[in-house]
Amino acid sequence: MARYVVCKIEDFPASGRMLVEVNRRPVVIFRLGEEWFGLLNTCPHQGGSLFNGYQAGLAESDRPADYRYSRQGEIIRCPWHGWEFDIRTGRSRCRPDAVKVAQFALAVAGGKEIESLDDVKGVETFDVKPEGEYLLLSL
Amino acid sequence: MNDLNVGGDRPRPYRGAVDCDVQITVPHRDALLPYLDEYWRDVSLQRGLQTLDTAAFPRQAPINARPDWRLPEPASVRDQLRSLQVNLLDRYGFSAAICNCLYGVQLLHSEDMGQSIARALNDWIAREWLDNEPRLRASIVVPMQNPTMAAEEIRRVATDRRFVQVLMLVMGEMPLGKRYYWPIYEAAEECGLPVGIHAGSMYRHPVTGTGWPSYYAQDYFSQASAFQTQLTSLILEGVFGAFPTLRVVLSETGVSWLPPYLWRLDKYWHGLRSETPWVKVPPSEIVRSRVRLTTQPFDTPADPAVVERLLDHIGSDEMLLFASDFPHWRFDGDDLLPAGVSPDQIAHISRANPLATYPRLAEGVVP
Amino acid sequence: MEKDIFSRLAPRWRTHIATVGMLARQGFTQEMQYPKGQPMAVRRDAFPPGGGMPGSDLDFMRAQHLDPNNVQFGVLIPLGAAQSLQNIDLSVALCTAINDWQVEEWTSREPRLRGSIVAAYQDPQAAVAEIHRLAGKRDFVQVSLLSRLPNPIGHRSFWPIYAAAAEVGLPIGVHAFGNGGWAITGGGWPSYYGEDMMSHAQTSQSALASLVLEGVFERFPTLRVALIEGGLGWLPSLRWRLDRIWERSRDELAHLPRPPSEYIRESVWLTSQPIEEPANRQHIAEVIDWIGWDRVLFASDYPHWDFDDPQRAMPLPLSRERRDRFFLKNALDLYGIPHG
Ligand code: FES
Repeated sequence: MARYVVCKIEDFPASGRMLVEVNRRPVVIFRLGEEWFGLLNTCPHQGGSLFNGYQAGLAESDRPADYRYSRQGEIIRCPWHGWEFDIRTGRSRCRPDAVKVAQFALAVAGGKEIESLDDVKGVETFDVKPEGEYLLLSL
Repeated sequence: MNDLNVGGDRPRPYRGAVDCDVQITVPHRDALLPYLDEYWRDVSLQRGLQTLDTAAFPRQAPINARPDWRLPEPASVRDQLRSLQVNLLDRYGFSAAICNCLYGVQLLHSEDMGQSIARALNDWIAREWLDNEPRLRASIVVPMQNPTMAAEEIRRVATDRRFVQVLMLVMGEMPLGKRYYWPIYEAAEECGLPVGIHAGSMYRHPVTGTGWPSYYAQDYFSQASAFQTQLTSLILEGVFGAFPTLRVVLSETGVSWLPPYLWRLDKYWHGLRSETPWVKVPPSEIVRSRVRLTTQPFDTPADPAVVERLLDHIGSDEMLLFASDFPHWRFDGDDLLPAGVSPDQIAHISRANPLATYPRLAEGVVP
Repeated sequence: MEKDIFSRLAPRWRTHIATVGMLARQGFTQEMQYPKGQPMAVRRDAFPPGGGMPGSDLDFMRAQHLDPNNVQFGVLIPLGAAQSLQNIDLSVALCTAINDWQVEEWTSREPRLRGSIVAAYQDPQAAVAEIHRLAGKRDFVQVSLLSRLPNPIGHRSFWPIYAAAAEVGLPIGVHAFGNGGWAITGGGWPSYYGEDMMSHAQTSQSALASLVLEGVFERFPTLRVALIEGGLGWLPSLRWRLDRIWERSRDELAHLPRPPSEYIRESVWLTSQPIEEPANRQHIAEVIDWIGWDRVLFASDYPHWDFDDPQRAMPLPLSRERRDRFFLKNALDLYGIPHG
């Protein structure tokens, strides 16, 4: 396993999502509050780019005419055929066990800490300063 | 198929079978007069009401009576029953047959007239048919013009346990899953009756969805497409979730359209789930557990290899219910099921599945 | 895009659109009565960066679709309401504008693309004139109709269009959708967009049954028809059903000396999208075996949301010959494009 510095926290786009390429893999990173989630940017259905999808909430119901809506922004709908994936788990809403998007673990690390780690890559591209905060993706 | 039919003039594989769709016909308007109350009887006479034969099944159309089963019209109940016995019940040794009467009660625009004639019709069925042949069972005809009245009629007639399902036409005023129709499903579920949706239309809309065709052949063809749209409605409107023990039987639909239809519906559900979030499992799973189809017409070619592939596409031995669609002309000779259906599948289709679908069949009637 | 097209209209029609709008046998002036599942039913990633509607910017289409997917031959189908408008004269004028726009903005600039002649079916004479005006040009490879019309598509009122198409040797492309004014199901108007979408397969079935049973193929034996965007899995069942009905209805269908399946086998092509996706993908191959591998055409439906990606839409090992046919050769043959 290796860890990659993908961006400086303060540079993370206000849109709450960012597309990066790590080791030739396209990864879409979502920020939900202070939590970070990385998903392969290739929809398991036909390959749509999840980065271009709509961040919806979770619609649930126990019977017709009953609409419960929660977790606003935590479901990414593929821009192509609209399949829904849970940003937290990568699992598809319709068939969570059968259809999943690969996930990548993310962590926030301080510059000092990063300097002390020896499996971190991509340090060159960022000017890692001891006092800065960075997003690390594990691969 | 014929190699299974050993044993001379009485083909054996269907012994004990339940025929889930036979048609019975009201010979003429007067047959129902004794069953109408005074007001409606007199209305029929004053206004010169004619027989309510539906354009969905013109009785003289060749496709609506197998040539060797065709009777001189109007055929009396006695003659129809005799033909049913000789050509099916006795010949093959069926244990039961469920009759559907497609008299055009539902087509009338007057709810009250529809209700009164539906009542008369159900009473006529009980008295003239069920009383005269112990192997017969029937579907309750309901005035779809008014679902509240329809539910009433279900509760009234269901006390006669020889009525084993509720009959609806596939093309109504609005798609069948709409909440408007739910009183019907509530009553059916409460009485433990499957809802049998049969080919036919209230003719509130052109049968094709793109206007009126020129030929009856297309009207009949369109029934199969109508079943597809109405099944979508039942599923996406959440009928199966709202009525968790309700079963639906699709009668005279054709069978071979089902697999590609489900592939498509499952696909769209993946993308549009949040529009109908009460649909929680793939539509194909709902259909496999809750929907049954009768087997005539089957709409397959003669090649048994294709039929085998199709049954594999359907992927379940439990979904099909044996039916002759008597006296409609769906097959010739003894080919009640297309070649390619295995003996094991025949056992499921002709007996186990009907018994599982219609709980009332097991009530001491079927040996 | 709309501006590009409206600017080609006579002042009278520009005023009409600005004041009355384009009424098209449905209740809203802008929204559809079944609001789409995605805005304008397009892929969310298909909006050109320079602005404008998806599918309105050739360079972006090249970059997003034609180049990466190695499209060698693409057929444009301009949808929009032009053909279904209640005002027939406006329909005629708009169709002409759209056809000219296809040439100037698309086919003359991009040799891989060819157009479809849209014609106002409500006025068959005008439609025929439009077909004759454009037939002969290399820019157009088919005449485009919709599956949902006020009468079933085989109805005799449309026959002049078929006669003209057969005469000039162009296939008719019948694209699912349109506003015929009738409920999309024989049992009324459904509630949900999902049902509306699903029903396009059934209206395509109605359209094909109508063409066959009304005798269009018998009357115009050289006419070829491509059914577009209704899926394809339903065709074998339809053929079996129609044949059986035909056998039993020889008197009523005396105008059809041959079984429906023969007309279909000879004269009908289907595009793949939105392709059915059975759990066992082999099943779709078996269905195409029954249809005939020479009768299926790949379609992406770019830029719509139910787009099929050419790399993924047929996730089956296909023989080279089948692959070539499905993705290219069948289309070249149908649309009369020479190839090796
Ligand atoms: S590619 Fe993502 S839903 Fe189809």
